[in-house]
Amino acid sequence: MSGNDLTPGSLTPDERAESDTLLHAALAGGKLPRWATAASGLAGLVLAMVLNVLTSVDGVAGTLVVAVIIYVLVQTVWSFRVEGRRHSIDRLATTGIYATFLIALAPLVAVLATVIVKGFSVLSLNFLMTSMRNVDPNSTQGGVYHALIGTLEQVGIAALIGVPLGILTAVYLVEYAPDAKNRRLARSVSFFVDVMTGVPSVVVGLFVYTAFVLTLGMERSGFAASIALMILMLPVVVRSTEEMLRIVPRDLREAAYALGIPKWRTVLKVVLRTAMSGIITGAMLAIARVAGETAPLLLTTFFTTSINFNPFKGPQAALPTFIWDQFNTGTPAAVDRAWGAALVLILLVMILYLGAKLIARFTGVKRV
Amino acid sequence: MSTTLEPSSTPSAPTSTIRGSSVRAGDRVFRGLSRGSGILILVTMAAIAVFLIVKAIPSLQANTANFFTTQQWTPDAKPAYFGIAALTFGTLMTSAIAMLLAVPVGIGIALFIAHYASRRLAAALGFVTDLLAAVPSIIFGMWGIQFLTPQLKGFDEWLATYLGFIPLFRNDTGVYTRSILNAGIILAIMILPTISAITREVFLQVPRAHIEASLALGATRWEMVRQAIFPFARPGMISASMLGLGRALGETIAVALMLSAIYTINWQITEPGGITFASNIALKWNEAGTIGISALIASGLVLFVITLAVNMGARIIIARRSEFSGAN
Repeated sequence: MSGNDLTPGSLTPDERAESDTLLHAALAGGKLPRWATAASGLAGLVLAMVLNVLTSVDGVAGTLVVAVIIYVLVQTVWSFRVEGRRHSIDRLATTGIYATFLIALAPLVAVLATVIVKGFSVLSLNFLMTSMRNVDPNSTQGGVYHALIGTLEQVGIAALIGVPLGILTAVYLVEYAPDAKNRRLARSVSFFVDVMTGVPSVVVGLFVYTAFVLTLGMERSGFAASIALMILMLPVVVRSTEEMLRIVPRDLREAAYALGIPKWRTVLKVVLRTAMSGIITGAMLAIARVAGETAPLLLTTFFTTSINFNPFKGPQAALPTFIWDQFNTGTPAAVDRAWGAALVLILLVMILYLGAKLIARFTGVKRV
Repeated sequence: MSTTLEPSSTPSAPTSTIRGSSVRAGDRVFRGLSRGSGILILVTMAAIAVFLIVKAIPSLQANTANFFTTQQWTPDAKPAYFGIAALTFGTLMTSAIAMLLAVPVGIGIALFIAHYASRRLAAALGFVTDLLAAVPSIIFGMWGIQFLTPQLKGFDEWLATYLGFIPLFRNDTGVYTRSILNAGIILAIMILPTISAITREVFLQVPRAHIEASLALGATRWEMVRQAIFPFARPGMISASMLGLGRALGETIAVALMLSAIYTINWQITEPGGITFASNIALKWNEAGTIGISALIASGLVLFVITLAVNMGARIIIARRSEFSGAN
C-alpha cells in the first residue's frame, strides 16, 4: 500500500535523516548552529583583547564592555543574515534578559563581600562584649555590646506589640470582614494596609516624634524607637498573615463549626494554629526588614556610647545608629568599627531571614 | 487538640443555651479586638497626617521665604528663611535616575525568573533578589560611598568627557563624587527587588493559554513576551514601578551618605551636590532648634503627601487589575 511506503519505518536511517533535514529546512528556515553563542562570545573576547593591545581601550572593565558590545554585534548581525530579522531581535532580547540577571547578582555579591571582608577583620568576642564608653575614636578598642542590646530590645518590643496587632488585623480582614454588614470599613483597612507599606520610614520617625515626644511628653528613648519600628512592621505582618489565613482550607473551619465550636475558638485553635508556621515566617521577615532601619531611630532616640538596659529611660544605642555614628566619626578605627557593626547587623538580619525561609520550607501549609 | 474539641462537642440541650451567651461574649470580645486592630491602622494613617500638619504650622508661620520656591534651608536663622525647592529637585532627580535604570532591569529580571530560567535557577534568583531587599539601607550607603563611588568615577568621567555637550552630564568641577547621578545609581540597586518581585508575581499570573497560543502561531520567545505577557501584565508593571518609585522617594540614609548636601538646584548631575527631603531630615535633625524641627516636619509632610499619592495610585491600578483578572 502506498500509505505504508510513507511511514518512517520503511526508510533507511540515512534517508530518514535526509528527509528530516529537508523538512526542517523547509519549515524552520535558516538556523544558527548550536555553537554560535560560544563562538560570538569568543570572537568578542579575542577582538577586545586585540583592541586592548592596539588602541586606548584598557583596563579589565573597559575590555569587558568592548567584548560584550562586539559579542552582541557579531551575534545579532550573524543571526540577521542567517535567521532573519525576527530571530535576531529575539536573540538580542534574550541576551539582554540574561544580562539583567548578572546585573542583579553583581551588587549583592559585591555588598556582601565588602561587608564580610571589612567586618571580619574587626569582629571578635571582645568586639561583641564591650561598649564604646570612654573609647577614643582613634583607638581600635571598643565594641557593639551596648548597640546590640539596644537593637535586640527595641526590635523585640516592636515585635511584641506589632506581631499580635498585625495578626489580629489579618484575622479581621479574613475571618470577620466578609460576614460584616459594612464592607466599606474592611475595604479601607485593606487599602490602607497596602498604602502604609509605602510610608517612608523617616516619616514614621517624624510621626512618633511629634505624637509621642512633642505631644505626649514621652522622652526620646528606645521605646519611642520601638513604636516607630512597630508601625513599620505592622503592614508587612498583616499582609503575610492574611495570605497564610486565606490558604487554610474552608473545610477545617466548617468541621470546627459543625462540632459546635464558637468562631473565636475556631480561629484561635484551628485556623491560626494551622497557619502558624507561615505566620511565624512572615513575622520574622518583617522583623528582619525593620532591624536595619536607621532613620526612625535617629529621630526618636538619643545616641550613647554606654550600656543602657532600660529602653524606657535615657539614651540608648542601636546597631544602625552605632554604624551611622562611627561612620560619620570618620577616623580609620571608627570606620572599621562601623563595618564590624554592619557585619553583625547583616548576620542578624540574615539569620532571621534564612530562619524564616527554612521554617516556611519545612513546615509550611502546602498550597493546594 | 482533640481535648479542646471534646467538651464543647457534646453539649446537652439545656447547657447549650446557658453557654450560648458566654460563647457570644467570647466572640464579641475577639471580634472587637481584631476589628479594633484594623481600625487602629486607619487611625495611625490619619494621625500621621494630623500630627505632621499641626507641628509643621509654627515654622510655616515663622517662615519669611516662599516655602515652595526657595532653595535655601536656614529655618533657625532670625528671621527663619527656608524652602523646599532644592529638596524637591534632588528627590525627584535621584528617583528619576533610579527609575530609569531599575525599571528595565527589574522587568528583565522578572522575565528571566518567570519565563527564561530553569525552575531551580529561578528559585535561586528569586531568593537572591529577596536577599537584596533585606540588606539594610545604611549598609548600601556605606558600600556606595566607599566602594561604588570610586568604581563609578571612570564611568562618570567618561560621561562628562564624551557626552559633556549635553548640559546634564557636563562637569565643571573635575570632582566625581557625592553626585546626584551616583545617588540615583545606589537607589536603583535598592529598589530593584521591589520592582522585580511584584512584576514577577504578575508575569506568573499570565494565563498559560495566552503564552502557548502565541508560540503556536510561530512567535519567537521575545514576540511571545510582547504579544502575550506585556499586554496582560502592563498594569502590574506600572504599579510595581510606582511602588519602587515610592521607595526611592523616601529612602533616607543611603542617600544621606551618597550626597553632599548642597542646597541649590544643579542640573549637572555628575557634579557633587544634591539634597533630598528624607536625607535632609536625617542630616539636620540633631542640630535643629524648635523652628528647625518644625521646618523639617513640614518638609516631611510634603514627602508624606507625595509618597502617599504615588502609593495610592499604584494600589488603585493593582486593584483595578485584580478585578478583571478573575475573568481569565
